[in-house]
Amino acid sequence: MSGEKAPPPRLICGKCDQELSMGKVTLAYMGNSFEVELLRCPQCHLVFVPEELATGKMQQVELALEEK
Amino acid sequence: MERLRVQELEAQCIEEAPPACTATCPIHLDARGMMEFVRKGDIPGGFGIVARFLPFPSIISRICDHPCELLCKRAEAGEAVRINDIERACVDHGYKASALPRAQRAQRKKHVAVVGAGLSGLTAAVDLAVKGHEVTVFEAKSRTFDRIREWRRPPLPASLIETDLVQLGTLGITVQTNTVVGAGGMSFRSLADGFDAAYLGLGSRSVADLALDLELDAEGRIVIDPLTFATSHPQIFAGGCHRYGPAVYSPITSVHDGRYAAMSIDRMFQGASLSANRETQGPYPTRLYTKTSDYAPLPAVVPADLHAGFTAAEAVAEATRCFPCHCLECVKVCDFLAHHGSYPKRYIREIYNNDCIVMGAHKANRMANTCSLCGLCSAVCPEHLPMGDFCLEARQSMVLRGKMQPSFHDFALRDMAFSTGDAFALARHQPGTTSSAALFFPGCQLSASSSDHVAAAYAYLRQRLPGGVGLMLGCCGAPAHWGGEEGLFRSALQSLEDEWERMGRPKIITACSSCYRVFKDHRPDFPVTSLWTLFEEIGLPPARKAPPSGPLAIHDPCTTRDEADVQRSVRALLDRIGVASQDIGDPGLTSCCGFGGLMSFVNPDVADKTIDRRARESDADYVTYCAMCRDNFARRGKRALHVLDLVFGTEDDPAAREDPGFSSRQENRARLKARLLREVWGEIPADEGEGPSPLPRLFIDPGVRALAEKRLILESDMRGVIRHAETSGVKILNRETGHFVASHQPAAVTYWVEYSPRGEGFAVHNVYSHRMSLGKEPSS
Repeated sequence: MSGEKAPPPRLICGKCDQELSMGKVTLAYMGNSFEVELLRCPQCHLVFVPEELATGKMQQVELALEEK
Repeated sequence: MERLRVQELEAQCIEEAPPACTATCPIHLDARGMMEFVRKGDIPGGFGIVARFLPFPSIISRICDHPCELLCKRAEAGEAVRINDIERACVDHGYKASALPRAQRAQRKKHVAVVGAGLSGLTAAVDLAVKGHEVTVFEAKSRTFDRIREWRRPPLPASLIETDLVQLGTLGITVQTNTVVGAGGMSFRSLADGFDAAYLGLGSRSVADLALDLELDAEGRIVIDPLTFATSHPQIFAGGCHRYGPAVYSPITSVHDGRYAAMSIDRMFQGASLSANRETQGPYPTRLYTKTSDYAPLPAVVPADLHAGFTAAEAVAEATRCFPCHCLECVKVCDFLAHHGSYPKRYIREIYNNDCIVMGAHKANRMANTCSLCGLCSAVCPEHLPMGDFCLEARQSMVLRGKMQPSFHDFALRDMAFSTGDAFALARHQPGTTSSAALFFPGCQLSASSSDHVAAAYAYLRQRLPGGVGLMLGCCGAPAHWGGEEGLFRSALQSLEDEWERMGRPKIITACSSCYRVFKDHRPDFPVTSLWTLFEEIGLPPARKAPPSGPLAIHDPCTTRDEADVQRSVRALLDRIGVASQDIGDPGLTSCCGFGGLMSFVNPDVADKTIDRRARESDADYVTYCAMCRDNFARRGKRALHVLDLVFGTEDDPAAREDPGFSSRQENRARLKARLLREVWGEIPADEGEGPSPLPRLFIDPGVRALAEKRLILESDMRGVIRHAETSGVKILNRETGHFVASHQPAAVTYWVEYSPRGEGFAVHNVYSHRMSLGKEPSS
């Protein structure tokens, strides 16, 4: 395999001036919740949800839960 | 949902009724299925069907009296399909012994006597042997099929008879020829006592001389029940031309008698009712409707060699003339019904099952919520099955059970809340009056799309109508109704009714055909008239612009399908304006623009197909009188204008006006309210509406705007995110791009905006949203 995946853009928490790093985050919908790894501020825990996640996997799970 | 009502609705769909050929065939041979194989060139496949139905395919395919062809619907467009000749071609070019039925294992094997080795007797013998019973055939003559061997129209080659007779041996059927049953031969008692059952296929002659201990009629023939083929003896059954002859001989009727007598014998062995569920035994008229006018007439294919019959290629050509018969009238006109690949009977079952399941995925939720509720399916259905009403009931049931998917209608319901809220809703008497003889109700979407026209129409009505013309801005509740939210719908209607009462129950003039439909259906006591009918009565103001020169095609909104008077008024207005116009097909069968039933929110792809189909029906620019129809056409690139563009418009080319989009729709409503308050009632509106745009100011590229529109994200949502981020400082900086990204969750949806400062405002680079909550869910 050639061509490593580009490192994620450096995202800085506007309040704490800390770089976001991967951490456990709880997502919840329609009475269900689960833990996922997302970028978040190590200090204030502000979470970043990337567009691909929101319009991809998250939307699929939302619809699956709605159909239950 | 009530099971019985669901079953009634399912029964209304006739698509699963057999085609006329099958219904007319005494043994219901699946001729349409056979044609489908043959037209694909699969003649052995066609033979498979023939062999499944015909006990002696080589013989019957040549001598069948084929009543199927008498009622073939192809005769209404050319000539009947030569079904019998194709059957013969399947035998001639596709015969394979492996396709013939094999004997099953009977749970309780019985011994049956068959008297008479003609078509009915040997059919009964084969069917009972296939069921696993032991069968002995007694024939008085020296050979089987004695009568058929004498067939002369045209003669039947003996080799074909021998081919079919092999099956008797394969099935283990014993044949005793030269064996007379009755007087002078094997006694009736030994027949009745020595076997578990017997079938008599004795030919058409009198049997008075045979000393059978059975009830006979005056002509010496056995009295036979035409449904069950029972005789006066409980174990003895009879049929064939002895029952229906002697005036005619019908080979396929003989097969029918043998087959259904065998069914009775097997039922008797199982202790089942002989007479139950036999309503469709034998020929019957089918309920299937086939619109033959859709097909160009075609003559039948004639075999080059009449004696040899069809070649394989000729059979394929002739089978291709089979339509095949289906109804699917609704599926042909509706992209929603076509989208799911089946037809209403199946959809009703799927939606009902979806309604009943407690655990597991509700796979038909989206189906029930995609229907535009426009009612076209019912209008074209030969049985007027109300599929839209059923989908609406399913939605109401979902809402009541708390199973409506939140993402389906959330946006439309919030848009409705905007229209019923302070930002838009208004009810006033005409300034300077304290009562209203009439009340103008323009509707929320016309106000969202063409607020100038609403203001102009209201001014004109005030000028022309005596007794005061009040104004009511608001929403009729249609989105809630379409979304199955009956409670919300009722309360929206009730608020309107309360205001209407407060204003002295004036006559209601509406410019929206959806509002008009809602009022007529749900508030029949409202004195409602359409703006178009009223304009026809009071005349039009002088137009501000010359009408377009080319002819316009009239798209009647689907909600006017049954409102011939409204449709006629619009045509009268167009005449008066001096614009040439033409209908698009039958105005009584007009179709939806994809907005009805909230289709475009639940299934945007199907909604786009729906509008594109309508847009293709005429090359002319469209003129319509529903703002959503007009805007949907515009959104899909079809030039369209609203009737009011011709009355009050000042634009050079109103048909080129773009769809305003969701954000502008709300803003236009708010501005209309503010403008009317200021211009008509002389009030200074508090803070909403006209004047400087709401802050912060946003710069949005067309690409981002289109994405936001598709993702149902309003400018006000974006503004909310940025305002929240900038006041709280809760935002994320992307060092590489220099952009900020921030989110905000005002209610159910979390919005994300990527932005950067620009001038005194912000440039928006991207928007998206999700419904999942970060962290714990807010309690609802």
